[in-house]
Amino acid sequence: MDTWTFGWTVALIGMGGTMLVLWVLSLLILLMKKVFPAPRPQADPKKG
Amino acid sequence: MESALAAGFQGLLLGVVNLGPGQVIMLLIGALLLYLGISKGYEPLLLVPIGFGAILVNIPLADMMGKEGFLRFFYDNGVLTEVFPLLIFIGIGAMTDFQPLLENPKIILLGAAGQFGIFLTLLLALALGFEKLDAVAVAVIGACDGPTAIYVSSKFAPHMLGAVSVAAYSYMSLVPLIQPPIMRALTTEKERQIVMGVAKREPISKTTKIVFPVVVTIFASILAPKGAPLIGTVMLGNLMRESGVVDRLKAAAENEITNIVTLLLGLCIGATMEAGNFLRGETLLDLCLGFIAISLDTAVGVLFGKAMCALTGGRINPLIGAAGISAFPMSARVVQVEGQKYNKKNYLLMHAMSANAGGQIGSVIAAAVMLSVLQGMGIIGG
Repeated sequence: MDTWTFGWTVALIGMGGTMLVLWVLSLLILLMKKVFPAPRPQADPKKG
Repeated sequence: MESALAAGFQGLLLGVVNLGPGQVIMLLIGALLLYLGISKGYEPLLLVPIGFGAILVNIPLADMMGKEGFLRFFYDNGVLTEVFPLLIFIGIGAMTDFQPLLENPKIILLGAAGQFGIFLTLLLALALGFEKLDAVAVAVIGACDGPTAIYVSSKFAPHMLGAVSVAAYSYMSLVPLIQPPIMRALTTEKERQIVMGVAKREPISKTTKIVFPVVVTIFASILAPKGAPLIGTVMLGNLMRESGVVDRLKAAAENEITNIVTLLLGLCIGATMEAGNFLRGETLLDLCLGFIAISLDTAVGVLFGKAMCALTGGRINPLIGAAGISAFPMSARVVQVEGQKYNKKNYLLMHAMSANAGGQIGSVIAAAVMLSVLQGMGIIGG
């Protein structure tokens, strides 16, 4: 494989792949937050 | 008797007689690294052992990296096996709080843009005539993440380990000097003044924090198996932190393990800086390309921030794109300081911390993706 085929392949798939993996990861984080929501803080009864 | 005295005296002079100009230069470079670490406070935990290692390995006839040498043992068993950087990753995971990222996951994309310098530098290195794997090793300085750079270069270009590591750690400590001019050059004053407001602290459940490292490990490692050791060790450390049930292990990873390995790793990196290996024109080129890589990371991050600014109708300050690199939390602080120079009421820190946490994951993912692409192309073994 010649140098430039190697370079452009690694660069394009590398940048695209990194972006894609992190984008899917952000979707997974949103999913996790929906599936495991944080408990709502209980209202202070003294405050009415 | 006289001849015995003369021979004994000659023995004392052997070191002096064998001291070449290259070794003298390397002793001075070792001393310079010690000076930068001790007097200037540039990454002292790494530069002090690296500097001292460089001095030790350039003492004539001491043979520290010889077959039976004291540094050779640690280098062969800790660096060539990749154990040292991976142990450090467990410590990094145990020390990292991904809460800002979990609160604001879309900012993780800035962490991807902040790694593009790696790939652009790879092209530049190839254009300058570097061999393929040497180009990969020098480009990965752009991960702005010492252990990742060490992991990749020790695996594929061990002869460049000294230059790559010194560049990675030196430039990381110089982030407050490298980034601001690039941030200013690529943004308008109006953009720098954009107020993002105080970040709303969103509560994140403990279950999410525990599940996160497991999900990241499985998902990212399946996509990029060659990077599984990098991703897995960071996330193991983070799981120990968030689970709250292995405090002793977490404390050991954060302190004893990281401290011992940092010392040995630093000495081993210094030990690769023998005069014959380090004093080459290529080393200077490696250092220049490393600087370019980190500058390109910053530039692409800021440009991506500008794109997000345009897409959100001006609600994102492009400066936070600069925090998409892995230098945590230094880069986020740089963004906060720059933002406040143009608008004293602007608090970008928490937004930048999200991008910076994204950059930490991004650097590891970028390296993992690159290794898997190389494997797929048959450049490295399976």
